[in-house]
Amino acid sequence: MSMFEDANRKQISNRRKKDLYLHLLFIAATSIGIIALMALLINIVLDGIGRLNLDLFTNYPSRVAERAGMKSAIVGSIYMVLIMAPISFVLGVGAAIYLEEYAKKNAITRFIQLNISTLAGVPSIVYGILGLTIFVRGLSLDRSLLSGALTMTLLVLPVIIVSAQEAIRAVPRARRDASFALGATKWQTVYGSVLPSSISGILTGVILALSRAIGETAPLVMIGALTFVAFLPSSIMDQFTVMPIQIFNWISRPQVSFHDLAASGIIVMMVMLVLMNISAVILRNKYSKQI
Amino acid sequence: MSTATQAANQTLIHIEQLNLYYGTYHALKNVNLTIPEKAVTAFIGPSGCGKSTLLRTLNRMNDMIDGTRIEGLVSMGGTDIYSSDVDVETLRKKVGMVFQQPNPFPKSIYDNIAYGPRLHGIKSKSQLDEIVEQSLKQAVLWDEVKDYLKRSAFSLSGGQQQRLCIARALAVNPDVLLMDEATSALDPISTLKIEELVQELKNKYTIVMVTHNMQQAARTSDQTVFFLNGEMVEFDQTETLFSNPSDKRTEDYITGRFG
Ligand SMILES: Nc1ncnc2c1ncn2[C@@H]1O[C@H](COP(=O)(O)OP(=O)(O)OP(=O)(O)O)[C@@H](O)[C@H]1O
Ligand SMILES: [Mg+2]
Repeated sequence: MSMFEDANRKQISNRRKKDLYLHLLFIAATSIGIIALMALLINIVLDGIGRLNLDLFTNYPSRVAERAGMKSAIVGSIYMVLIMAPISFVLGVGAAIYLEEYAKKNAITRFIQLNISTLAGVPSIVYGILGLTIFVRGLSLDRSLLSGALTMTLLVLPVIIVSAQEAIRAVPRARRDASFALGATKWQTVYGSVLPSSISGILTGVILALSRAIGETAPLVMIGALTFVAFLPSSIMDQFTVMPIQIFNWISRPQVSFHDLAASGIIVMMVMLVLMNISAVILRNKYSKQI
Repeated sequence: MSTATQAANQTLIHIEQLNLYYGTYHALKNVNLTIPEKAVTAFIGPSGCGKSTLLRTLNRMNDMIDGTRIEGLVSMGGTDIYSSDVDVETLRKKVGMVFQQPNPFPKSIYDNIAYGPRLHGIKSKSQLDEIVEQSLKQAVLWDEVKDYLKRSAFSLSGGQQQRLCIARALAVNPDVLLMDEATSALDPISTLKIEELVQELKNKYTIVMVTHNMQQAARTSDQTVFFLNGEMVEFDQTETLFSNPSDKRTEDYITGRFG
């Protein structure tokens, strides 16, 4: 009886009440997000499920909604990612390595850093304007798959650089010291110690950035990706379309049957994004077990 | 531990009038010291007195800290290691280092040991196998891990990881081994194992260790150096320094009156 006698019951019950109210508030906050998302998903699935069949993947776009598919858009999106992935990986991770490992920590580096972080937040349409000026007109690459992929590379680069930098910065100093103390050069240390310790974080960032690019429409509209492509690009200089542009096109038509088609297109695109995000999680888990 | 044999050992490392500054902070003040080969030299002294700093001048790890300035001479086997004739990569191959916290790479046990030899151009599988086995045997870890060489180094216990780090340092065939409080993160049994290992290794390597543990210095070292505030206060055979220190400050420190 003695030890716990002096408890201030009233004060404790107040603390508990506060805890309970906040708990409820947090649940409410979470639910609103989830409910909104569920409503959106259900709505799209109900609209789109009817047109979700093989034709969607094997047919080219058509003026007749019943015959239209998004084959060229799906293939265009895949091609674009395949071109972007290696370019943005090499450029992005290379820049991150330079900034974290090689660059002197001086005013110029800080200025570059500030610029990159700012670029990561620039609206995507601005990259479209840039791509139009540099690639489409400047380098005369026209409205090609290559122009599109390079524009998208610019768009995702800042995000990749920043996330790769964070992953590299998180590598403990002791890992580098261990390598240097064995007589390694800078590059040997980066390659042998820093990258193996940070690769899961880097890859996660790259995949998430690429999945952002898959859903982007504005910059490609800007550089003039077509909305009606009834062929598959046979080279990187061919014209192309991608999934979000196809969906955008279908939605902007007056007929309801095209709207349902757009909904099935969204389902396909979302499944693709979810798959990419899952692979990012798997990658992260796979490597973080070793680290 | 016999002083008679130690007296016969030749000087390997010569430190003369060494001053080191971190920016404006004067971390090492006019240090003069000789370190004999194939013996264990212990650095003792209170925290912040510059033991690690001096240890890092021996493999030039201080070079990587911005704003470090160094004056004076550090020579090894007669060569000034700060002269332009000496490549820092070669120096660090000859002067291995073991850190306070075990710091294996996120790789297999095998690849951890093979890391150093690979850096220096050894590619042949059979040669690497041989080095891995030899180094692990020298670090008395072989029997514990020989069936798990492909496993991640992080699957080992802390004490095993530290012996792995010692094996990794030995794999590039150094002459000198620097140990900066290498047992301070370990349990007493692992500590004892590493102390025994040091006794083995000193037949082949020159060992310089930093320790906060007086008993450890007394048990394992041949000479002991006592530092205070960046200055070398006393340097003597371990037995002498602990039983009959000539400086009052040394006596106060080893008897626990400050520090
Ligand atoms: N990178 C650095 N930049 C600036 N000052 C430093 C740096 N490293 C060490 N110092 C300073 O130099 C002095 C000596 O540090 P050092 O690490 O050599 O001490 P130590 O004797 O090893 O101490 P401990 O026993 O705590 O490890 C300390 O006062 C420390 O604050
Ligand atoms: Mg220290």
